Amino acid sequence: MRNNKEGLFKKELVAEAIKQSFIKLNPKYQFRNPVMFTVEIGTIVMLFVCAWILAGEANQGSFTYNFIIFLVLLATLLFANFAEALAEARGKAQAASLRKTREETPAKKIVLMGEIFVNEVQIVASSQLIKGDYFVCETGDIIPTDGEIVQGIATIDESAITGESAPVIREAGGDKSSVTGGTKVLSDKIKVKVTTEPGESFLDKMITLVEGASRQKTPNEIALTILLSGFTIVFIIVCVTLQPFATYAKTPIPISAYIALFVCLIPTTIGGLLSAIGISGMDRALRANVIAKSGKAVETAGDLDVLLLDKTGTITIGNRKATKFHTAQGIAEKAFIKSAVLSSMADETPEGKSIIELANINPLTLQVSSPRFIKFTAETRSSGIDYDDVQIRKGAYDSMKTMVEKAGNPFPASTIEDVNNISSNGGTPLVVIENNRVLGVVELQDIIKTGIFERFERLRKMGVKTVMVTGDNPLTAKYIAEKAGVDDYIAEAKPEDKMAYIRKEQATGKLVAMMGDGTNDAPALAQADVGVAMNSGTAAAKEAGNMVDLDNDPTKLIEIVEIGKQLLMTRGTLTTFSIANDVAKYFAIVPALFIASIPALQRINIMNLHSPSSAILSAIIFNAIIIPMLIPLALRGVAYKPIGASALLRRNLLVYGLGGVIIPFIGIKVIDLLVALFM
Amino acid sequence: MNPQILGVVVMFVATLLLAVPLGKYIAKVYSGQKVWTDLVFGRAERLLFKTSRIDTTREMTWKQSLTALLTLNVIWFLWAMFCLLNQAWLPMNPDHNPGMTPDLAWNTAISFLVNCNLQDYSGETGVSYFSQVFALMFLQFVSAATGLAAAAVVFNALKDRTTTQLGNFYNYFLKSCTRILLPLCLLIATIHLFEGTPMTFKGMDTVTSLQGDTMHVSRGPVAAFVAIKHVGTNGGGFFGANSAHPFENPTYLSNIVQMIAQILLPFAMVFAFGFYANKKRLAWVFWGVMTTGFLILVVPTIIAEVHGNPYIAQMGIAQPGGNMEGKEIRFGAVASAFWSIATTVISTGSVNAMHDSFMPVSGMNMLLGMMINSFYGGVGVGFLNFFIYVILAVFIGGLMVGRTPEFGGKKIEAKEMKIAMIIALFHPFLILAGTAVASYLAAHDANMGWWFADAAGKHNASGWLNNPSHHGFSEMLYQYTSSSANNGSGFEGLTDNNPFWNISTGIVLLFSRFLPIIGPVAIAGLIAQKKFIPTSSGTLKTDTGTFGLLVFAVKIIIAALAFFPALALGPIAEWMKMH
Repeated sequence: MRNNKEGLFKKELVAEAIKQSFIKLNPKYQFRNPVMFTVEIGTIVMLFVCAWILAGEANQGSFTYNFIIFLVLLATLLFANFAEALAEARGKAQAASLRKTREETPAKKIVLMGEIFVNEVQIVASSQLIKGDYFVCETGDIIPTDGEIVQGIATIDESAITGESAPVIREAGGDKSSVTGGTKVLSDKIKVKVTTEPGESFLDKMITLVEGASRQKTPNEIALTILLSGFTIVFIIVCVTLQPFATYAKTPIPISAYIALFVCLIPTTIGGLLSAIGISGMDRALRANVIAKSGKAVETAGDLDVLLLDKTGTITIGNRKATKFHTAQGIAEKAFIKSAVLSSMADETPEGKSIIELANINPLTLQVSSPRFIKFTAETRSSGIDYDDVQIRKGAYDSMKTMVEKAGNPFPASTIEDVNNISSNGGTPLVVIENNRVLGVVELQDIIKTGIFERFERLRKMGVKTVMVTGDNPLTAKYIAEKAGVDDYIAEAKPEDKMAYIRKEQATGKLVAMMGDGTNDAPALAQADVGVAMNSGTAAAKEAGNMVDLDNDPTKLIEIVEIGKQLLMTRGTLTTFSIANDVAKYFAIVPALFIASIPALQRINIMNLHSPSSAILSAIIFNAIIIPMLIPLALRGVAYKPIGASALLRRNLLVYGLGGVIIPFIGIKVIDLLVALFM
Repeated sequence: MNPQILGVVVMFVATLLLAVPLGKYIAKVYSGQKVWTDLVFGRAERLLFKTSRIDTTREMTWKQSLTALLTLNVIWFLWAMFCLLNQAWLPMNPDHNPGMTPDLAWNTAISFLVNCNLQDYSGETGVSYFSQVFALMFLQFVSAATGLAAAAVVFNALKDRTTTQLGNFYNYFLKSCTRILLPLCLLIATIHLFEGTPMTFKGMDTVTSLQGDTMHVSRGPVAAFVAIKHVGTNGGGFFGANSAHPFENPTYLSNIVQMIAQILLPFAMVFAFGFYANKKRLAWVFWGVMTTGFLILVVPTIIAEVHGNPYIAQMGIAQPGGNMEGKEIRFGAVASAFWSIATTVISTGSVNAMHDSFMPVSGMNMLLGMMINSFYGGVGVGFLNFFIYVILAVFIGGLMVGRTPEFGGKKIEAKEMKIAMIIALFHPFLILAGTAVASYLAAHDANMGWWFADAAGKHNASGWLNNPSHHGFSEMLYQYTSSSANNGSGFEGLTDNNPFWNISTGIVLLFSRFLPIIGPVAIAGLIAQKKFIPTSSGTLKTDTGTFGLLVFAVKIIIAALAFFPALALGPIAEWMKMH
């Protein structure tokens, strides 16, 4: 499903976009974009001017010249429409491929009062399922719509959505109870409650966000539109007042020149691409397999100051591993290791398995008669094995200590020291006792993901603070926090603590993001400025957050921040570029307007353009073709480099500001040389 | 170094050296800290507040501050109208000058109310001493204090905190008068007395010349008037010839003092912001941007004036003093050129030479100074204008670093952008629309009827131009630019004392004064209420040279380029024809 590397200009998308570019010429549609709407008015005026010339008007220049100007203006409009249509088409294609899987699959709906039985199963179309309905899915079934498992456990193939081929387990109760429409049950049978109305799933919401017509402008987009409209009005004033100025200077200016000056000066580049930038921001999120529920959420992501990250799965790879045996004083190391292995024989947890791995002993070679395995319980907080008259237990330090001391045995000081050392090194100590006598301690360590340190460094340079959330004790948490390079941590965290931390940061004006999956994460997800729910999470979590990550990848937050920043940066740099272009355009058109009657002004024709009409043509042609040339940049986004705000500003000012001043000088001159060939 | 050049460099450096401590003092005054002037004025101020029942500890919102500001201005306007219309029978009129016509009184009252001082009359014959002192000089004080107090409200709003309470406007206003304007004016007026500026309430003096002719020499309370005219960046002269008049600006030293007096407060207010809001680096960046703009305008002007007029050179006449047409020998070309740009980038508008006679490139630079209107700018209001461009630059710059824009820890959103854009729009609109109407009428030589009559009594619109072609266009453009920038200097050469020019520029003056006060105060008030966001390494830093460059670029592209076509038809065309 991931098609990041796919070219921007896929044939069928382009064909659709071209069609849409014409449909979008409808003034009712253009009106949404004030900058381009004024260009459309200019284009229509030029059409009338052409007709007027055909009807005999002689003072407006040749028909051919005016008609070419009309065509160039029309092209400007079409290019802008094309940018938006292409962004839309890409987004829609992406969403459609996600949606395809979920359309019209048969659903086994449970009807409370059926025709024959109570709780009768009827086959209906998935689109007929409404929120609150129940359905069942068995091995091989496609899950018809989003829902929450209320009964049963199943392995599910979610590759249709996530692209991840390994099946996942989803079960009723707990935090992994959510299923998504379009995924496939590989084994077992589940009963599912429908959680969304038809047409209102997250995916449906996302699709509306990549559709230009129904897309709501984000707050920042509105503010930028105000800025651009302001510029447009300034240039309306400039062009309208030029008429009496020219009359005073006895310099007749044809209508085409006014319109050309106006269209060149207003920020058509950013005006034409603004909508495409917004859509493609959403599209980039979608390509990262993140479904944003609003455009604002993506924009906010660029501003995030604090990220709350769960330790397990994000910073460390899932499980702890045994790394060292610490034998108690007076105990033979071999005996300790053997007992440790025995106690872990029946232990299916990754920690238990890692002890056997570390000891490098096959437990089956250890001959024990009639073993009885003691399972881990919350009360005893230990597990172990009984055989013959031997009782071996392993467990947390305090519970083992109580057991040992209850039996009247001393707890060796050297072991206490080991336990403390392990804790302060970020490890988890597991004390092993035999017949209530201490044998030693097994050290378990968290394994920090490779490359995570660098990612946090990158975030720090972006000005984003990372906070690790963990159930570990403060000592362990501190150690891992330092090793992974996070800025802060919440140890022994309960869901309320996350909430409190988010509130605390928000009170100082910071924007906080978090990721979560459980129902008890829901309040914090709702409180956070950007709450990313895992797709595997509960319906409550998904409802509370403003983004859903289809990959269930906790490191996704980092990507989301970059997508947000890229979106804002693309807007900023193209606005700068567009406005900076005006310098060259003034120097092309202003001399062209007046040279005929005031030859002295030839000296401000610093580009030495061929003739007034070639200068005007070149300027508007440049103005038109710069739009399609920047489409790839608008759709891909400006590359974000975490080099600090000041360096970034310098860099972008240099590239898009200075570049925006210089490029049109070169571009207009080159076009003028070409145009001159035909004049 | 050429002593003339040395003179202006000394002037500039001295201003800067005085402005920094003055800025610190102003910041203390506005934040209510103890200052030495408490001893002198504290008691009188308290008495005044007590009798007018103003509780200075009661803070006001931005809306309340603006209401107070506008109400005061309406009352002052009515008072000034009354004085000017009735000055004929009011006391202190030894020269028996007549009352003003309603359209001239409207223009004059507004023009002084809005700190512009566009003068379509001549002080010697147009106003009585009563009007000079109680209407015009009074307005010079309070209009400057209005700008200062509005800036104080904005300073307060830009502190790192969230609030709706932005200090007491009346307190800011009164203290601006008593603690800032009055002490400076006393000092400067005293220096002028020693330089020979008259200070009397006696009427014209009658002198018999060597040839035996009788001359009437106007005089009056000039020294006091000259001081506030510059300290408050008002610019309205006591005499028609303004600071070119030998009584109003008698010596090279008085010229230096007046020069410093007018730049001092605009400098100091930038530093005051730095001290007050604890953003010193930012203040220096702002000052740096302003100074860069000032230098870019002033250096070519000095060069052009020193080189002299090429037409005169073609006649084989040497111009050792540079272009001296319309300039005073005691100041010379350099000091006059420096003054012409200083007075236009700042909204003073006083002149010590005739701007009409400067080289076209100098004329263009003066126009640009007023079109941008915030390379320093007038007292208080210059900072407010600059603030608008900062908001626009922050918006673009913020996006460029990948964040939604913020300034001083506050988000800049649609509402603030709307206000900033309207203010930024209005200035070119007023200038271009005004000039367009005037050019249209002049081009069609329309019959203006009641609206205009030239000296010969003809009603043809072209009659208001004393120069044809590009220079005439520059005259009209200059008049509206000067009005919209609340500058008040005249290019001269325009017949402007008639209903058309009086009324149209009066309207421009009103809009261009109050909108650029209301807008920035509103933006500041709105952002003061917002949540304060602490800076991170991802935040756009505004106190850097890069940001300064961005502000500069925004100003050039929005403010200067919008006028490029107009300038091309005026000074640029004239200049290119000349060379």
